[in-house]
Amino acid sequence: MIPYIIRRIIQSVIVLIGVTIIVFIILHLLPGGPARALLGPRATALQVHEFNVQNGYNKPFWIQYGDYISHLLQGNLGYSIHYNQTVNSLLAQDLPKSVLLVGLSYLVSVVIAIPLGILQAVRRNRPVDYTLTGASFVGYSMPVFWLGILLILVFAVNLHALPPEGPQGTTIGAVLAQPLGLVLPVATLSIVTVAQFSRFMRSAAIDNLVQDYIRTARANGLSTRAVLFRHLLRNSLIPIITLIGLSLPATLSGAVITESVFNYPGMGLLLWTAATVRDYPVLLGFTVVVGAATVVGSLLADVLYAVADPRVRYA
Amino acid sequence: MALVRESDAEIPPAGSPVPAEAGAGSLWRLIWNVFFQNRLAVLGLGIIALMIGFCFVGPLFYHTNQVQISMYQVNQPPGARHPLGTDNVGYDVLGRLMLGGQSSLEVGFAAAILASVWGTAWGAVAGYVGGWLDAVMMRVVDSLIAIPYLLVVLILATIFVPTVPVLIIVIALVSWLATARLVRGETLSLRVRDYVLAAKGAGVRDRWIVVRHIVPNVIGTIVVAATFSVADSILLLAALSYLGLGPPPPAANWGGMLSNGLTYVYDGYWWLIYPAGLAIVLTVVAFNFIGDALRDALEVRLQQR
Repeated sequence: MIPYIIRRIIQSVIVLIGVTIIVFIILHLLPGGPARALLGPRATALQVHEFNVQNGYNKPFWIQYGDYISHLLQGNLGYSIHYNQTVNSLLAQDLPKSVLLVGLSYLVSVVIAIPLGILQAVRRNRPVDYTLTGASFVGYSMPVFWLGILLILVFAVNLHALPPEGPQGTTIGAVLAQPLGLVLPVATLSIVTVAQFSRFMRSAAIDNLVQDYIRTARANGLSTRAVLFRHLLRNSLIPIITLIGLSLPATLSGAVITESVFNYPGMGLLLWTAATVRDYPVLLGFTVVVGAATVVGSLLADVLYAVADPRVRYA
Repeated sequence: MALVRESDAEIPPAGSPVPAEAGAGSLWRLIWNVFFQNRLAVLGLGIIALMIGFCFVGPLFYHTNQVQISMYQVNQPPGARHPLGTDNVGYDVLGRLMLGGQSSLEVGFAAAILASVWGTAWGAVAGYVGGWLDAVMMRVVDSLIAIPYLLVVLILATIFVPTVPVLIIVIALVSWLATARLVRGETLSLRVRDYVLAAKGAGVRDRWIVVRHIVPNVIGTIVVAATFSVADSILLLAALSYLGLGPPPPAANWGGMLSNGLTYVYDGYWWLIYPAGLAIVLTVVAFNFIGDALRDALEVRLQQR
C-alpha cells in the first residue's frame, strides 16, 4: 500500500504542475498577451512595452514560467486589476463563504442521497424506483439558474417564507448570522447534487446487494435493516468520498451560477464579475487554487480508500 | 457529471473470451430489445424526435419574423396572433422557441460529436501506445479535469466572440475528457486480445489496428458518453447564455431566451420563463434517458462476454 500511496503522490504533483502549465498557457493565449488584456485596446506600444518590462513579460517563455512558479510557491497568486487588491486577500475574504455554501450543500446532498439510492436499489424497477429515477433526471436536467429563480418565485415571492437573496456581508460571521438566507442557495445547489449522488448510490448499492457478504449476513439471520445499514451502507460510503472529490470542479461551476442568482457574496460572484471585466489574474489565481484543492482532495480520497478497504489491491 | 458516470461503466477484464461471430447478430438484437424494453428510453427517443421536428420542420409551417424587432408589440400575453405571446423586443415566442431550439440542438450535437471524436482519438492512442506517452497524455486529462469547466469556458468565451461555431469548439474543449478516459481504459484491455495480436503478427500497421480493431469495439461506450454529452452541452450553453456569454441577438438559443425572460420574472410574464425552460428540461432529460438505457443495454453485452 505504501508504494501505491507514494506513486499517487508523485502523480498528483505532476498533475498539479500540469494545472499550472495550462493556466500559464491560457494567460498567454490572451490576444496581445496579458498587457493588452490589462491595459486595454487603447494602450500605446510604449505603454505595452513598459508594462511588459515591469512585469517581466519580455523574458523567454520558460523563465517567465519559472518566475510564475516561484511566486506561486511563495503563495503569491497575483494582483487583481479590477479590485486593486492581491488575489490572496480577495480569496481570503470570499473563499470561506463559498466553502460554506458548497460544504453545506454537500452535507445536505449526502444525507438525502444515500437513503434515496439505497431505497431505489432495494426496490429496483418498482414504481418507487421509476419515480425517483425520473425525479433525479429532472433535477439534474434543470438549468441551475432557472431552478434558483423558480425556488425564489415559490418560496420568496408567493409564500413569503424565505428571503429571495443570499445573506449579505463581507465576513463569514455576517453570513452565518442570516441562516434563513442560506436556505434557498443551498437548496438550489443541493437539488442538482442529490440527483447526481443518488444515481451513483443506486448503482453502487445494486452492485453490493449481490455480493457474498450480504448473503452471508442474511444467512446469519440478520434483519434486513441491519444488513442495509450496518453492511451495505458502510461499504457504499467509500465510493461516495471519491465521488465528492471528483465532482468538486463541477459543483464549483454550479456555485458560480448559484451565487450570481442569489447575489451571494462568495467566490463565484467574484469570479463572474472578474470574467465580465476581464480581470484575468483573479480568474487564473482561482483556477490554480481549485485545481490544487481537487488534486489534493482526490489524492486524500484514494489514500483513504486504500486504508479503509483491504480488498482493494493495487498492482 | 460525466466523471461520475464513468465509474458506473464496466471495463471487461483483459483476456476475457471474445464473443463468437455466429452469435453476433442475436447479440445486437438482444441489445436492441433491452433498449426498447426500457420505457423511459422510448419516451426519450419520442421527445427528441418531436423536438427536432418542432425546431427544424416547424418554421416551414409557422412563419414569424425573428430578425426585425417590433416595439409596438412588446411582452404581449399569449393570444390569437401569438400563441405563446411576444418577448421584450416583440419577437414571437413560439417562433423564437423553434429558432432557439435549432441552435441549442446544433450546439449540443456538434459539440458532442467533436468531443467524442477527439476524446476517442486521444484515449485510443494513449491506451494503445502505452508507456510514457500514455502517462503524459493521461496526466494532461487529469490536469484539465481538475479545473472547473465553467472557468475555462468563461475565459475562452471572453477571449473570442461567442458565435455558434466558437461556442461549439469551446464546449467541446471541456467535454472530451470523460470519453478519453473511458476509451483509454477499454483500449488497454483490447490491445492484448488475440485478434489484435494476430493482426500485429500479420504486419498490420498500428494506425490501421486502432481504426479497424480497437475503435469499433469501443463504439458502444463512445455512443453512451456522447449521448450524455449532448445533454451536458445544451445545459452548458444555457449557463453561458445566462452569464451573458451566449451568441448575441438576433441569434437565439433556449438558454438565452430563458435568461432574458428571467428579467421579467416579477412582472408575471410567465410565457417568457416556462416554455424555454421546459424545452431545455425536456430535451436534456430525454438525452439522459437514452444514455442511461444505452448503458444498460451495453452492460448486457458485457455480461455476455
